[in-house]
Amino acid sequence: MLTSGIIVLSGGLLDPNPGLIFWTTVTFLIVLFILKKFTWKPMLNALEEREKGIQQSIDRAYKAKEEAEEVLRKNRELLAKADSEAEKIIREGKEYGDKLRAEITEKAHTEAARMIASAKEEIEQEKRRALTELRTEVADLAVKGAEKIIMANLDAEKQKKIVESMIQDLSQNRN
Amino acid sequence: MKRFNALRTGELVRVAALIIPLLFGCSVSAYAASAGEHGEEEHGGPGEVIMHHILDSNVMAFEPFAEFELPKIVIGGFDISITRHVVFMWIAAVILLLVYGYVGNKYKSISKRQAPGGLANAMEALVEFIRLDVAKSNIGEGYEKHMPYLLTVFVFILLLNLLGLIPYGAAATGNISVTLTLAVFTFFITQVSAIKANGIKGYLAHLTAGTHWALWIIMIPIEVIGLFAKPFALTVRLFANMTAGHIIILSLIFISFILHSYIVAVFVSVPFAIFIYLIKIFVSFLQAFIFTTLSALFSGLASSHENHEAEAAH
Repeated sequence: MLTSGIIVLSGGLLDPNPGLIFWTTVTFLIVLFILKKFTWKPMLNALEEREKGIQQSIDRAYKAKEEAEEVLRKNRELLAKADSEAEKIIREGKEYGDKLRAEITEKAHTEAARMIASAKEEIEQEKRRALTELRTEVADLAVKGAEKIIMANLDAEKQKKIVESMIQDLSQNRN
Repeated sequence: MKRFNALRTGELVRVAALIIPLLFGCSVSAYAASAGEHGEEEHGGPGEVIMHHILDSNVMAFEPFAEFELPKIVIGGFDISITRHVVFMWIAAVILLLVYGYVGNKYKSISKRQAPGGLANAMEALVEFIRLDVAKSNIGEGYEKHMPYLLTVFVFILLLNLLGLIPYGAAATGNISVTLTLAVFTFFITQVSAIKANGIKGYLAHLTAGTHWALWIIMIPIEVIGLFAKPFALTVRLFANMTAGHIIILSLIFISFILHSYIVAVFVSVPFAIFIYLIKIFVSFLQAFIFTTLSALFSGLASSHENHEAEAAH
């Protein structure tokens, strides 16, 4: 194994070879320049472009999202506003309706009261008129009845007696 | 060299002779005899064979089928021969160019609204991983400038690592010259981004670590050593990881040859070699990732020093 150790040291394992260095340089530079021109440039450009495109798409998406959120916020605002507006309108309508109803009811009440009062008045008047009429009628009827009764009950004898008794009374009283 | 190849061929035949009878349940006393005949003195021991496997060479060997001598080129006293590792680097480069050329074309043709599919999609996951988890988190601002380097270094190292795991393959990243070169690239990029971020003055000021001038005689060498320690660490980490795996696998296989035992081969060498091989697949990805991450980290640290100093000053 000693021989192999000597070979390692003397065999040129660590000796740089100028010819190989020259050819490495030439080969590597040629490969470098050709690949740079024909492969790396278009590839890196494509990658860069795609990266930019993706970034742009992300930016656009975010922008669109923000816009949509803005629109949504505005919509919500509008909706809330419309809600409150509607509520206000309804409230006002209700109030107005209530007021109107109260007014109408009031009016109706007073009207009814007035009408009732006037009806009562009329009834009263009618009643009075009827009573008056009834009274005259009743008086007439009574007179007529009395007349009839008197006519029917008129009797000469009785009357003579009455008159006689009266005269007697008178004469007695003179005494 | 020729002696070596002949031996390698013989070795492979022996491996086949070892495995095939085992598969068919035959007794192979012939192997022991042949091993005894040729023995250590002829092939120079397992160490030499392992080194031959790991080291670079001028031969593309596809034993026992064929062997190609690679051309030797010497220009101005420099030996720039095409070696095995250079060939594998080129194979990696061709695969990378084909695969990523196709993917790049796909990306050019699809519109913004289309999703990539298949290979393009798979590669996109990788690119996205490097981009976000490696570059963006370690470098921070201005990571885009570093992306092409980081991506290329990742796929390049990864493919070189993986090519070392295929039959007849060799990991070029198991060669210190290759990792050194890549680390030097990282070093230069780190320094350039540091100077760009802090200016020459800030860069030099950083070498003093913000201490009193009396301490500069200590601080400046320490900081300079620190500057070079980083690429050195990168170099050795990748190289050692890749080399170590190969050495372990080959050593495990050689245990059975050294002990002349099929039992060891079946119950120790092969299962453990498979285990190490699986670990090496993981390590291939891990080391590519670590190299890339550390490159990004060093650049990030170098270019963000101004902020740290500004914070410290307040």
